[in-house]
Amino acid sequence: MHTCPIFFYLYIKYMAKITFINHSGEKKTIEIENGLTVMEGAIQNNISEILADCGGSMACATCHVYIDENWQDKVGKAEDAEQDMLDMAFKPQKNSRLSCQIIVSDELNGLIVTTPEQQT
Amino acid sequence: MKKTDVIIIGAGPVGLFAIHQLGIKGLSCEIIDNLDKAGGQCIELYPDKPIYDIPALPECSGKSLTENLLKQVKVFKSNFHLNEKVIELKDIEGNWQVKTNKGKFFLAPNIIIAGGVGSFEPRKFAPKECEKFENKSLFYSVKDKKIFEGKAVTIFGGGDSALDWAVELSKNSKVNLVHRRDEFRGAQATVDQVKELEKSGKINVFTKFQLNKVNGSNEIESIDIKHDNNEIKNIETDYLLGFFGLIMQLGPIANWGLNIDKKTIQVDTEKFETNQKGIYAIGDICSYPGKLKLILSGFHEGALAARACFKLARPNEKYRFEFTTTSSNLLKRLGKKSD
Repeated sequence: MHTCPIFFYLYIKYMAKITFINHSGEKKTIEIENGLTVMEGAIQNNISEILADCGGSMACATCHVYIDENWQDKVGKAEDAEQDMLDMAFKPQKNSRLSCQIIVSDELNGLIVTTPEQQT
Repeated sequence: MKKTDVIIIGAGPVGLFAIHQLGIKGLSCEIIDNLDKAGGQCIELYPDKPIYDIPALPECSGKSLTENLLKQVKVFKSNFHLNEKVIELKDIEGNWQVKTNKGKFFLAPNIIIAGGVGSFEPRKFAPKECEKFENKSLFYSVKDKKIFEGKAVTIFGGGDSALDWAVELSKNSKVNLVHRRDEFRGAQATVDQVKELEKSGKINVFTKFQLNKVNGSNEIESIDIKHDNNEIKNIETDYLLGFFGLIMQLGPIANWGLNIDKKTIQVDTEKFETNQKGIYAIGDICSYPGKLKLILSGFHEGALAARACFKLARPNEKYRFEFTTTSSNLLKRLGKKSD
């Protein structure tokens, strides 16, 4: 880590651009700080399609997103417990993930996700 | 109409601990919850998942946490009104009147809303036409299994409810079990049982399929299910059962004139009072700068709200803060002998 205060500032503020496309095709690109989850970033930035009722404890499946096909490898697959929760999501697909389980990093800068028609 | 000092809405961990904090101050309360048991999300969503962030409890489960809280508040003999939902809240000359869906009325100067993210409702099927069959030939729970006898029943879901009902109903009905992936999350023993019944032809299992369409005008005639690879299959069925777990809905709370933003109620951090005097919100349902949705935060919020409740319930008495370790008053209320 840089010790120069200016570089340090840049380091801690590093953000990734994440694009949300809703069911009607409207796009919103937001910047999420590295280390936060995609869900947390969506809530902070008023992405209304993400509800996150349980606050990120993987207990509600209301932060469900579909991962753009070009990003699926980078984002990775859902673990078992997340798959269990996705069983309850609205219209789950093969590319479904819970956005509370995706942690933002440089790797995900540019990520595109689509939100389902509804979360409940 | 029953008069009390405080009405608690929501019997999750935070509502339960609020009973304790009110009880040691000598306040009475009634507690109402939509579920059939106390424990809220802890018992409904993750009874067996371990919890590691309760102070002084290195590890517990949602179930054991609930049981311990119930044990801790037992001495206060509060009335639990389970399977009951608050449908109306009215201001009657400075007191709040609560009406439940079972027609009970309560009156109190204080209301504590500890409602999590609202009440639990079943998650529903996605296709729009499902609604018109609901409670006729499409259900999200089984109330009377006799209606399925000799009929074709198609069950959706991969958890214990779906598997248990598939096994049970296969005795007297033609059962199809449809799930969106190959893995079932229900108990392994039941999964094995279903596989046995599949082999013996008692249950038809369709995995990687989801409901696409329901056919029929008044009664269900058949359904179309769609595979991950877009293949469509038509299945004849008389009944549909969906077990997709529960979802939390804010419900009537939204109509009580409270300051609600993103399904949470805005409160101050001194009393955890809402924009309505005497109505407090604690736990996951409240929001303030820095709010954390942790059980421990809910306990703290309940303790402070309870102090505020005392002032409205006992306007002529002076509130004195006491410790359970030393106060003979508190020990008496806790049913312990003081030295």
